[in-house]
Parts: sequence; C-alpha cells; structure tokens
Amino acid sequence: MNFETMISQMTGGMTETIGIFAWTLVFSLPFGLLIAFGRMSKYKWLSTIVKLYISIMRGTPLMLQLLVVFFGPYYLFRISMGGSWRFISIIIGFTLNYGAYFAEIFRSGIESMPIGQYEAAKLLGYSRIQTFFMIIFPQVIKRILPAMANEIITLVKDTSLAFSIAYMEMFTIAKQIAAANTTFVPFVIAAVFYYVFNLLVAGVIGLMEKKLNYYH
Amino acid sequence: MYYLEINHLRKSFGDLEVLSDISLTLEQGKVLAIIGPSGSGKSTLLRCATYLERMDGGDLTYLGEKAVNMDEKGNSVYAKPAKLKEIQQNFGLVFQNFNLFPHFSVIKNIMHPLIKVQKKSKEEAKEIARKLLEKMGLSEKENSYPYQLSGGQQQRVSIARALALNPKVLFFDEPTSALDPELTGEILKVIRELASEHMTMVIVTHEMNFAKNVADYVIFMDKGVIVEEGSPDQIFTSDNPRTKEFLGKFD
Repeated sequence: MNFETMISQMTGGMTETIGIFAWTLVFSLPFGLLIAFGRMSKYKWLSTIVKLYISIMRGTPLMLQLLVVFFGPYYLFRISMGGSWRFISIIIGFTLNYGAYFAEIFRSGIESMPIGQYEAAKLLGYSRIQTFFMIIFPQVIKRILPAMANEIITLVKDTSLAFSIAYMEMFTIAKQIAAANTTFVPFVIAAVFYYVFNLLVAGVIGLMEKKLNYYH
Repeated sequence: MYYLEINHLRKSFGDLEVLSDISLTLEQGKVLAIIGPSGSGKSTLLRCATYLERMDGGDLTYLGEKAVNMDEKGNSVYAKPAKLKEIQQNFGLVFQNFNLFPHFSVIKNIMHPLIKVQKKSKEEAKEIARKLLEKMGLSEKENSYPYQLSGGQQQRVSIARALALNPKVLFFDEPTSALDPELTGEILKVIRELASEHMTMVIVTHEMNFAKNVADYVIFMDKGVIVEEGSPDQIFTSDNPRTKEFLGKFD
C-alpha cells in the first residue's frame, strides 16, 4: 500500500475522530456544569450521589466505561440497538466521563470566587441567575482555562479509545492498516495528526486566555 | 417617618451572640456613625440591615415598609421575597474592599445594574454613570478596568455604583479600612460632600475625627450592645468609662 492510499483511508477516520471530540465537548461542558451544581448542592443527598458519580467516573477506566455503555442495553435489557448506536454510545460514554472531570474544574473555579462578588451583586439587586451568568461565570472561565486546556488536550488523545468498540475512527483504521501491511507508517501519520490537532487546540485556548487578559 | 428603623435586633453565630437588643432610628438626610472596637458587632449590624446576614430577632423597617417583622417572642419574621426585593431598592452598601466587578470597565460597573436590574435604557444608564463619574472626579477613567485604579479610585467607583441606583439610605462598611491615609482622605471628602447634599447615610468607621465632624448622631458599640449613643459632642466628651477608654486610644 502506498502512502497516498494510506492517507486517503485515514482521512475518513480523522473526520470521525474530530466528530467524537467536538460532540463530546458540546455535551460534556454543559453536563459538567450541571454536575458541578449538583456537587455543590445544599441538599446533602444530591451532593453525595454526585460525589459518588464523580468518584466512579474518575476511578474506573474510560475504556471500560465505553464498553459498558455500548454493550449495556443488550446485556441488561436484551435490546438490540440500531446501527448508529456505536457512535451514540461513544458520545454518551465520553460525555459521562468528561462531564465528571469538567465538573470538578468548574467547581474549583466557582468555589474560588470571592464571596464579595456575590454580596455586591445581591446588594445591587441582581437575581441569582443573573449573578451567576453575568458576574460569576465569566470570571470563572478565566480562572479555569488552564485546567480546561489540560483536560481538552487529553480528550483529543482519548478519542483513540473508541477503537475498543471497533469504531472506525482514525486510530482504529491506523491499527488495521498497520496490521494488514506490516508497516509502522500509519502510526507515524496518527502521531502527527494527534500532535497537530493538539497544537491547534492549545493555540485556540491560548488565544482565549489572551483575550481574557484584559482584566486581572 | 423614619428612613431606617431597627428594633430589638438580635443575632448569633452558633452559640455566640454577636448582637443583642440593638435598636436605632435614622431620619431623612441624617448621617449616623457607628464606632467601636473590632468584633463589637458593628459590621454585623450593617450586614443584618442590608440582608447579608439573617437577623434572629427584632424588626427592620425602611421608610415605613417592614422588611422584617417581629413575632410575639421577638423573633424575626422576614417579609416575602418580592416585598424584600422591593424594599431593597431603598438602600445601597459600600463595601470595605470595594467588590467591583473586575471583568467590567469602570463605566460598565455602574451601567450594568441600571440596565439589567432597573431596566433602564443604555443611553439613560450611560448618562447617569457619566454624571456620577464626573462627580467622583473619574471622568477620564470610564474605560479603565478596576485593577488599573488605585484603591481610592476603586472605592469612588463603588460609591458611584451604589449611588446610581438612587438609594434612600446608603450604608458604608468601613469604607476606608483598606486604604492608606492619603486615599482615606479622598473617600472621606466624597462622603462629606454627600452629607452636605443631605444623603441619608450609616457609616461604620474607625475614623474618629470624621465621625465627630460629619455625623449627626454617633453610636458606640462594644461586645454586641450599644454602650452609648448621642450627638458627636455627647459621645466625644462622654464620662462613660468604656467610651472614654476606647476614644482615648485615638488621641
């Protein structure tokens, strides 16, 4: 197999990889914020459940979680899922896992905000929702960006775990080509792809940090 | 009608009673100074009056409207949230450490609550903000961010932010405690100006000369109770041993 064929076969996988990455972010960021609220809830039962959830998500392998979500419906309920289930289950698995990590980052940011900001907002008559979304959250984003950058870069690399349920993303294809043609080249291409992808991610987050540098 | 009236206010943190049986009244256009050693409960009193702390006992009234009622045992009963919010429009608070919103420019700090809370138009909000910044001598700083300002300038912005909402009673919680003597002077000048315009104010302060010169009425607190109250002349020439001891430290 020549180089061009390899590249063209792997390109389709790259699109899939980017898809997993993007959809996971779209769902896990809001989900993570929700989890963070649950974790900080004044209701003890809720914060305890959420704490346990986060602990499980962080304490077990993501690969195992992907397998559980993918095979769960069949083994638990004997339901056969449709053809798109492979992809959907990957997004669910990644969202559940990354939501837990993002939640802890959101929580650390929210809890680091000085109480005076809430008090000033209260005295000025802002509602609780206005206070959170207009006063607190914009400042939280600035505080958590570096930690978020770490997690998002990890996500780029973790997309390769989708190979565990044989989803045709880039890494799965790379492995297949490598095995069929006894060549090392697909792995090099894969490495370059992840590296460039992460350079871009780091660049974008760097730009955001720079943009938020207008205040201290 | 009193602009502010508090009767039999009680407040505990756990087993520690920090305020016991505090009563005070304030008429329109008057300046009340609350003095006393650290831990005497004066800041807590201010925080109870501004809803930042929940009162355990006693009542709280602004311009005849009851924010907090008292039941027959003297315990506090708060009005409904909507009512509380309505009454809240009567007062503002200037904090010791300013608490400006760091992600907003100076003018946005003042405009934003006008637009989002009082639903004023952007133009109207800008006009109000510019007028107040001019009054505070900060016109050229409207596009700066809080971190670019000195402590005194930040405090002046926070006073402008509070004034913009047009409160009937303005509270100051040790407004100069985070500032050096030079910057303290500029804040005291602003408050003095407000007093001359008959702004109704309650000021918790450690600036004794300021309390003496600006206040119409002074309350001296210690260990959660009002030890003595009266005109500045009465308090600053008091024979009460505790008052004398406290004031003596400032001579």
